[in-house]
Amino acid sequence: MSSVLPSEADEPGPTLTRDSVAHLAHLARLELTDAELDLYVDQLSVILHSVAAVSGVVGTKDIEPTSHAVPLTNIFREDVVRPGLSRDAALAGAPSAENGRFRVPQVLGEEQ
Amino acid sequence: MTTAQTLAAGLMDYDEAIQTYDPVLGLEVHVELGTVTKMFCGCPTDFGAEPNTQICPICLALPGAMPAVNRTAVEYAIRIGLALNCEIASWCRFARKNYFYPDMPKNFQTSQYDEPIATNGYLDVKIDGQTVRVDIERAHMEEDTGKSTHVGGATGRIHGAEYSLLDYNRAGVPLVEIVTKPIVGTKALAPQVARAYVTALRDLLSSLGVSDVRMDQGSLRCDANVSLTPAGNPLFGTRTETKNVNSLRSVERAVRYEITRQAALLATGTRIVQETRHFDETTGTTSPGRSKETAEDYRYFPEPDLVPLAPEREWVEAIRASLPELPWIRRARMQADWGLTDLQMRDLLASDAVDLVAATVDAGASPAEATSWWSSYLGQQANVRGVALNELPITPAQLAAVIAKVVDGPLNTKIARQVVDGVLAGEGEPDEVIAARGLAVMSDDGALHAAVDEALAAQPAVADKIRSGKLQAVGAIVGAVMKATRGQADAAKVRQLVLSTLGVEG
Repeated sequence: MSSVLPSEADEPGPTLTRDSVAHLAHLARLELTDAELDLYVDQLSVILHSVAAVSGVVGTKDIEPTSHAVPLTNIFREDVVRPGLSRDAALAGAPSAENGRFRVPQVLGEEQ
Repeated sequence: MTTAQTLAAGLMDYDEAIQTYDPVLGLEVHVELGTVTKMFCGCPTDFGAEPNTQICPICLALPGAMPAVNRTAVEYAIRIGLALNCEIASWCRFARKNYFYPDMPKNFQTSQYDEPIATNGYLDVKIDGQTVRVDIERAHMEEDTGKSTHVGGATGRIHGAEYSLLDYNRAGVPLVEIVTKPIVGTKALAPQVARAYVTALRDLLSSLGVSDVRMDQGSLRCDANVSLTPAGNPLFGTRTETKNVNSLRSVERAVRYEITRQAALLATGTRIVQETRHFDETTGTTSPGRSKETAEDYRYFPEPDLVPLAPEREWVEAIRASLPELPWIRRARMQADWGLTDLQMRDLLASDAVDLVAATVDAGASPAEATSWWSSYLGQQANVRGVALNELPITPAQLAAVIAKVVDGPLNTKIARQVVDGVLAGEGEPDEVIAARGLAVMSDDGALHAAVDEALAAQPAVADKIRSGKLQAVGAIVGAVMKATRGQADAAKVRQLVLSTLGVEG
């Protein structure tokens, strides 16, 4: 699978293929119809084009991407137990539970 | 089997595989850190708790919950990096690894991606007397996932399962993943090198005190990447990743199996599929899991909820200064100090007695006595009870106290064992056992004289024999005295006393 995003952000006209969208849908475990695929190729392409347009105007090439809005580092918590949730409270919000565990539908593919 | 038969079974003879192909290894070891709480929340990390009893809004990813980094987990990660001769990043971030399995309720695992805490190290591994340097690519911090139980499938695996049950106690437990660079040039030794590496790493992590490294409980897990390249070819072949190989022996077997399996495929012109494989402990074989998602598919991006880490150099240097002696160097030093042969040392290591002997020596016992007690009498007691040596309810200090009493005289070895038995039975400290059981070599001469007189009076015929010079008859009297004193008398002393009482020259 090739990269979804173009390597050069300021290159005009980044393209998103139907295959890319289908792959993204698979990763997100979304089942899309052909019509939906076509729709999202167009919509997502517009978004990418818009971002590329902004990048071109502002000239972001030499600017580091921002991951955090505030310049903080090293915020730590001490290794001390804090009370959590009781099992009943935790499971109360689950759509389904069994034997003290969360019950979820079978997911295709292997666990991590 | 002939070559044709083995190939038909999907495996190539190991020696033939090694002649034809060079194996390339890559080992990923996950170690659960021994912190009290999880990586990003204050939930406890105890193994074996009832399902979903160690969870909170943060590790359940309830809306609005914000993670906070466990300082001790970072310290342990730095400790591991330094012990592996790595560079410690001056600045790094956590990243989200996005995927849609229910083992993480967040739909991502918080990990590190292109900015690991530690990079570029090595671990020297001894194998058959030679040293193999395994280069470490990186060690990064992340969190463990929850535990899934698949219901409805015959095998407990996800295929054929109807639904899954999730226990999130483990979700968020701090992990460090240690990744090697490709290990090349090991040829036929590849499976042994893999095992020796994981063994050395386990010993190192244990000595650092950062994990209990229990492979059986999953606190140390190994994923083995194996690929083959035609002998002499510098390009790497397609690799497979065998997951969750959970014993040292399995590491060796899994690598060996993959070598023979891949060789058979390559020999018939079949391409290796890049995939995750599962190791089956019973059959010693691997079977395909899901096809591997590429790193790109995880769409990593910096975790916005956690600020970057910039470990201060003073902190890193303080951790470096606190690193313990490396376990293999410590062992070599102890073997020399204790005057043990290679074989004796190997036996001590095999029974995990080294630390116990060391602690007993530190508590004042001689290395010879300490080694002897732990490897023979206490080893037997551990076997009888079916527990590990360090699970016996006696401390090195208690044993050292007993040994001191043997050296100083009040106890002989036989009685000392009874004292140890008492300690093991929960009767208290050695002195309490001695007092309660009335144990001690009889030093009260008056009492001993009385016991001898009594024995002679009870067997006058024997006494006459001894008087007439038949010294072999002394044994009967000595035996009677030992019996009367419940073994607490010194037999040699009793013999002298019998002879002197009867006026006979020994």
